[in-house]
Amino acid sequence: MANLKDLRVRIASVKSTQKITAAMKMVAAAKLRRAQEAAEASRPYAERMERMLGSLAVSAAGRDGAPKMLAGTGKDEVHLIIVGTADRGLCGGFNSNIVREARRDIATLRHGGKTVKILCVGRKGRDQLRRDYGGSIIDTIEDVARPRLSFAGAEAIAKRIERMFEAGEFDVCTIYYARFKSAISQIVSSQQLIPFASSGQEEAEAAAGGPATLAVYEYEPAEEEILADLLPRNLAVQIYKALLENSASEHGARMSAMDNATRNAGEMIDKLTLTYNRTRQAVITTELIEIISGAEAL
Amino acid sequence: MAEERVEFELVTPERLVISRGVDMVVVPGTEGDFGVLPGHTPMVSTVRPGVVNVYQGNEIVERMFVAGGFAEVTAARCTVLADRAVAVDELDRAAAEQTLKDAREDLADAETDDERREADKQIAVCEEILRITGS
Repeated sequence: MANLKDLRVRIASVKSTQKITAAMKMVAAAKLRRAQEAAEASRPYAERMERMLGSLAVSAAGRDGAPKMLAGTGKDEVHLIIVGTADRGLCGGFNSNIVREARRDIATLRHGGKTVKILCVGRKGRDQLRRDYGGSIIDTIEDVARPRLSFAGAEAIAKRIERMFEAGEFDVCTIYYARFKSAISQIVSSQQLIPFASSGQEEAEAAAGGPATLAVYEYEPAEEEILADLLPRNLAVQIYKALLENSASEHGARMSAMDNATRNAGEMIDKLTLTYNRTRQAVITTELIEIISGAEAL
Repeated sequence: MAEERVEFELVTPERLVISRGVDMVVVPGTEGDFGVLPGHTPMVSTVRPGVVNVYQGNEIVERMFVAGGFAEVTAARCTVLADRAVAVDELDRAAAEQTLKDAREDLADAETDDERREADKQIAVCEEILRITGS
């Protein structure tokens, strides 16, 4: 039987762990609210941008000499995989889920004889991928969300990807991140960034009743120049959107993980307290028996 | 005609700044300012750093400084996607002067074309802010 002092120490330690997890939960909840607001505030821009680009892309894609970021390089030999994860752990399966999805696709691509390059955004993704794919990781970008996730940060990443693309270092670029659905549910998603693939393109076309309404835009300056400006911008916007979703998901995942941890710690404390009280009773009973039998023996 | 309005939207990556019906907006396009009234020809234009003027009737009700971006115009709608948008009254002249100085230094130190372009853009934005706040 465990002795009383050990139990007391154990209870105290679980209690302090519980205090930490409860505090982390509160912090995550506050951060989640802010991240969610930011994600919602950025949505209109991304939507408008996509709509504008969608209509441009339809008219530009068919022509020769369309920008490579739109039409692609014509190959799909080298894939750049951007894995967006958190910088810190203690957020349930959040990081592992994203990495698992990315890992699966990397394996498929490799199996198909493609070259894969990995760019990690967030320390945890790198830590998990380093063992298997250490040689493919070209770099890790850390602390994008500190002190605050800003558009400028996303733009810097976009610039870098754009430069790599122009240097012909990859053909297709895909980003992996967790889409925020609710505090308890985050969906791992991937999105192809280059060549540009508009998710709503076909729908927009269908809704507009064919190309008639799409083809009538006037461009100022020329279409090519606008596209040359718009495509890098869109890249930055898409990355910004993914990072915002990711940070909201991270805080959501951490919040529910810490909520669970707090509850588990509570259960543990209850159990330990019960054992502690039983042990204490047993000790008292034994002492009484000893005293009584001592007295009887006289 | 009096009933018709332009649905004007000004958005930045961070938030939706303005979204409402207006009588006319004047947008600083790269190739010259253009006014948008209901029934405008659909067009897409790039936007240079400058001031977007929002009109109700013949009055300017709102003046927003934008630091470049894009504008999409359709018959009933005008959407400006700005890199940054600040109300003209809230522009900070001192901060702009400081940024301008920094950007000039960056330009002098720039080694790649990218850096040079970036600094040039900054300078254009700051000079525009100074021009607006100076008058």
